[in-house]
Amino acid sequence: MSDNRRAILSLAGALVLLHLVLALFGLWRDWAWPAIGVSFILLVLVCERLGRMVPARWRATYERALALGFPLLVLILWQLGARFGLINPLWFPPPSEIARALWEVSVNYDRFSGTSLLGRPWLIPSAWAEGGLPAVGALLSESHLLATVGRVLAGFLLGAIPGILVGVVMGVNQTVRLMLDTSLSAIYVLPKIAIFPIVMLMFANPFGEGPKIVVVALAVFILMAINAMAGVRQIDPVYLMAGRNYGAGPWQLLRHVILPGALPVIFAGLRIALGTAMIVIISVEFLRAKQGVGYMTYYYWEVLVPEKMYAGLVVVMAMGVAFTALLYWLQRRLMPWRR
Amino acid sequence: MDDTVATPWKIRAQSVGKVYDTAAGPFTAVEDFDLTVGDGEFVAIVGPSGCGKSTVLRMVAGLEDVSSGRIEIARGSDPGKPTNSVVFQEYAIFPWKTVIENVAFGLQMRGISRAERLDVARHWLDRVGLAKFAEYYPHQISGGMKQRVSIVRALANDPEVLLMDEPLGALDAQTRVVLQEELLRIWEETRKTVLYITHSLEEAVLLGDRVVLMSAQPGRILDIYQIDLPRPRSFETTNLPAFADYRARIWDKLSAEVTRAMEMQP
Repeated sequence: MSDNRRAILSLAGALVLLHLVLALFGLWRDWAWPAIGVSFILLVLVCERLGRMVPARWRATYERALALGFPLLVLILWQLGARFGLINPLWFPPPSEIARALWEVSVNYDRFSGTSLLGRPWLIPSAWAEGGLPAVGALLSESHLLATVGRVLAGFLLGAIPGILVGVVMGVNQTVRLMLDTSLSAIYVLPKIAIFPIVMLMFANPFGEGPKIVVVALAVFILMAINAMAGVRQIDPVYLMAGRNYGAGPWQLLRHVILPGALPVIFAGLRIALGTAMIVIISVEFLRAKQGVGYMTYYYWEVLVPEKMYAGLVVVMAMGVAFTALLYWLQRRLMPWRR
Repeated sequence: MDDTVATPWKIRAQSVGKVYDTAAGPFTAVEDFDLTVGDGEFVAIVGPSGCGKSTVLRMVAGLEDVSSGRIEIARGSDPGKPTNSVVFQEYAIFPWKTVIENVAFGLQMRGISRAERLDVARHWLDRVGLAKFAEYYPHQISGGMKQRVSIVRALANDPEVLLMDEPLGALDAQTRVVLQEELLRIWEETRKTVLYITHSLEEAVLLGDRVVLMSAQPGRILDIYQIDLPRPRSFETTNLPAFADYRARIWDKLSAEVTRAMEMQP
């Protein structure tokens, strides 16, 4: 026990000493990156030994503190590094700047393009008083965030539902599987963004919402068809036998055995499809959009405001986290047996 | 060889054969299988692994087609009754349904109302001491409990015949003995017609009214033994000299078969 404590103290001491020596001899700036590498290793060793001293009932708290504490440390170092010119603030603006930029894009309205990040929700009451629901709709339609969320959700639903249906049919029926599997696998490896020009060609208004939603839907469709098929195929045949032996007809088998049996893989597929949908929509918005979080991020590249580009990324990340949380919630509702 | 039954027959298999069409040519799994199981009789089939005993059971269950011959299950007076229910070695209780939903599954498939089927299921869970686990999911209970659930799922379905495919094969030795006794007790109470597949000779002699010995590749009936041990039986039965006699007599033939089957393995 005291051995452990002594080891922690000497490792922490070594960490401090290393930086003191580098700073005193004026080497710190030149040797910053190797020093960071060594510091990380020393920090890991310290935390491992600290972890051994944590009693079992505090274990979960310790793990959470480690999981949240380290990113926090990185943010602090990033902040300091950018402040003192260790890292290029043009590439890596300090987190405080990014936070301020995020606040700015959230509360400001761009008169030139007629857009804002959130759609100025604080104006909803007065819009409602003036023009009722249409006025509120007009207000929210200026939002970058809602534009992207709307496209992702619409594309996701339009792709996932038919995708799961086709996948289940492919899983159940060998003939359909043999006929479609090769084509699906071939399209699967195609970068979905490559289809975008063709989709634009098909729409009367190539710059409207249609092509953007359809390209997301296509990407999600392919993924979900493949995953739902795999989900059905991995069901242990003994469950199908049991279902039939206990009198289930084809539809009962689908409802009571095949769908619940495939659900874990379908949900794994939905999570992957969500990531793909985000990639596709952000790329599409980079390419061809007058609105959306991807458009906003790209716009601030064009006018060179890096902290606002980062603000755009933070919004994309927050969207990803929110959608994933939604999926997990749905999963707990639909698969209570996995809880 | 003794294939006569005193009571009316319940399962009748006549010169049943099963040939699989494989890429390497036809493979005969079962050949000339003749067996009659009487009403309320407990018949156990033993044989070396790969002797086609599970194939026989699946053909009786209607889960696989016969290539030749015919299998019949006699229907009782109630036309709504299912002909058979299988207890699988891998339990095959649905992980996505609770224990009680699993037990009520067969009744649900036949359109019996929720209240009624849950009543029946609860009654059966009670009989095997699982009442307080009714709302659990299978992954929350032990292997022995899962197999109990699988067995009462079949019993709750109230079939004409019960088909058991090495139901205790995946359990540890102690749990196995406990479940054998439980099976004996329940069978004593219900007197269902049972066709029971096992690779354990002790289990076959302990449970069965008759023991069918099968040979491997192709699966064929080598011999049928009448087991005249007194009922009700229990684990104590295995201490009787008569039990040892049966076991020794059948083992003689079975061991030769097992050796032959092992030599035939590629």
